[in-house]
Amino acid sequence: MSQQPPRFVLEGGENAKQTPVRLVVVQGDRRPPVDAADEPEVMSMPHLFLREGIVLVSISLVLVLLAIFVDAPLEEIANPQKTPNPAKAPWYFLGLQELLHYYPPIFSGVLLPGLVVLSLVVIPYFNVNLKREAFWRTDTQRKMAWLWGVVAVLSGLFLFTGAHPVWPIVVPLWLVALLMTLPALVHRESGWIHWLGNRSLAFWIFLWFLLASTALTVIGTLFRGPGWQYTLPWRDGIF
Amino acid sequence: MSRPQTTTKTETRARRIASVLMRNRVFRSIFRHGFADTNRNRSLSVFSNILLHIHPVKVNVRAIRFTRTFYLGGMASATFGILIVTGIFLMFYYHPSVPRAYEDMKDLEFVVYMGLFLRNLHRWGAHAMVALVLLHMVRVFFAGAYRPPREFNWVIGVLLLLVTILLSYTGYLLPWDQLAYWGVTVGTNMADSMPWIGQHIKFLLLGGREVNENALLRFYVLHCVVLPFVAVLLLSIHIWRVRKDGGVYLGEAGDTAQEPDFGLEGHADTAPPPAGAAWKNSETDA
Repeated sequence: MSQQPPRFVLEGGENAKQTPVRLVVVQGDRRPPVDAADEPEVMSMPHLFLREGIVLVSISLVLVLLAIFVDAPLEEIANPQKTPNPAKAPWYFLGLQELLHYYPPIFSGVLLPGLVVLSLVVIPYFNVNLKREAFWRTDTQRKMAWLWGVVAVLSGLFLFTGAHPVWPIVVPLWLVALLMTLPALVHRESGWIHWLGNRSLAFWIFLWFLLASTALTVIGTLFRGPGWQYTLPWRDGIF
Repeated sequence: MSRPQTTTKTETRARRIASVLMRNRVFRSIFRHGFADTNRNRSLSVFSNILLHIHPVKVNVRAIRFTRTFYLGGMASATFGILIVTGIFLMFYYHPSVPRAYEDMKDLEFVVYMGLFLRNLHRWGAHAMVALVLLHMVRVFFAGAYRPPREFNWVIGVLLLLVTILLSYTGYLLPWDQLAYWGVTVGTNMADSMPWIGQHIKFLLLGGREVNENALLRFYVLHCVVLPFVAVLLLSIHIWRVRKDGGVYLGEAGDTAQEPDFGLEGHADTAPPPAGAAWKNSETDA
């Protein structure tokens, strides 16, 4: 009598004690912890938790010392009739407020920050250059033309569409483009130029964003005085 | 770690004290394991503790080096802890109403014991937290740790950055001085420029058309209840996901990432059932 191979049944039921429960499924599944390289490991207790404790104590010490020696600012009571000049937002918004000087609020206050947050969220899902390939690995000539074409368009955009030329965005753009071009002109097998040559496009775009937002924030915080005119922090103070 | 063969007198006394403290019903009802001196107890101390279990039991040696992460995420979390503690103390002395809020600031400065120190610590801690979270994000980006399989944790991180900024921003109004009032006015005026919904969002946030007492109350509730709750929730997921996604990203040789693994092939949920398989509900299909 030939026996049929047992039919494979996937069972589902609400009573977990009656329904046989699969305890484990072993298959060729590649999950991150499974892929862990064969490297030396230590127990989290105490090696990780000790370090976390040191971090907690150190940062507490720094902040306590700061709190002892530097007082938090407190001005006179809020008065809606008396607008200070300039009225500044907290420092992390001053990059946007500085941008308000160049573009209407719909762009600098809504569209641009929205775009930044959106692009930060989609970065890892954006399939282009997920492998972080070195920018100059292939097609050098075409890429060079594209790079400087895009730089020219963006420079024109930021120099002529705003109320004033947006130097804090354009100068970092040029800096990044020059650093990008350097490894294509000067070939090195090691050293920092070689390192630059191995960076990906994502790296360069993020670097531009980082430099531009830092420049805008520093200018907005330290170098803008009454009437949002340029000033020096030691002349008019920090607002 | 190897145990020393000879035991000194102090060590014997320490063991006796540890034994008295840990080998009793009360201690064992709380911690179901002994002192973390064996790898078994060290493991148990992680996965039988609700606060520690979001960590892995073992970590890669390279992952805990200072130069790998600069401990920026850890420092930001520690700062958040300091802010919760100092924030709770500040709540004992603060009334979210005009002009009482400002008078409370003066009381903190001149009447409350160590009140000024408390406020200073909270203020500088808040600035530090925003800066540390930003630096943490920059570090993670340059390390390339945002790529699969860590992409969702990156998104959680972006949300945490937004929550951190909102926490700081809502707290900025609470002292009700000129700095607070106009700083928040500048920010909320930006919402105005949003087409169609800007006015409504501003009204919802401020409880009026201008920054006033209603706005103070709303910012207070957001700052002390809503946003900390969201932050704690997201932070828990964030740290837990670090473990679930394979720990701190350690990079690849040559800095060029290998083919990313999207984990879609051969996954238990998406793989077709084996040939001949059929669904059966053992309770109804008996």
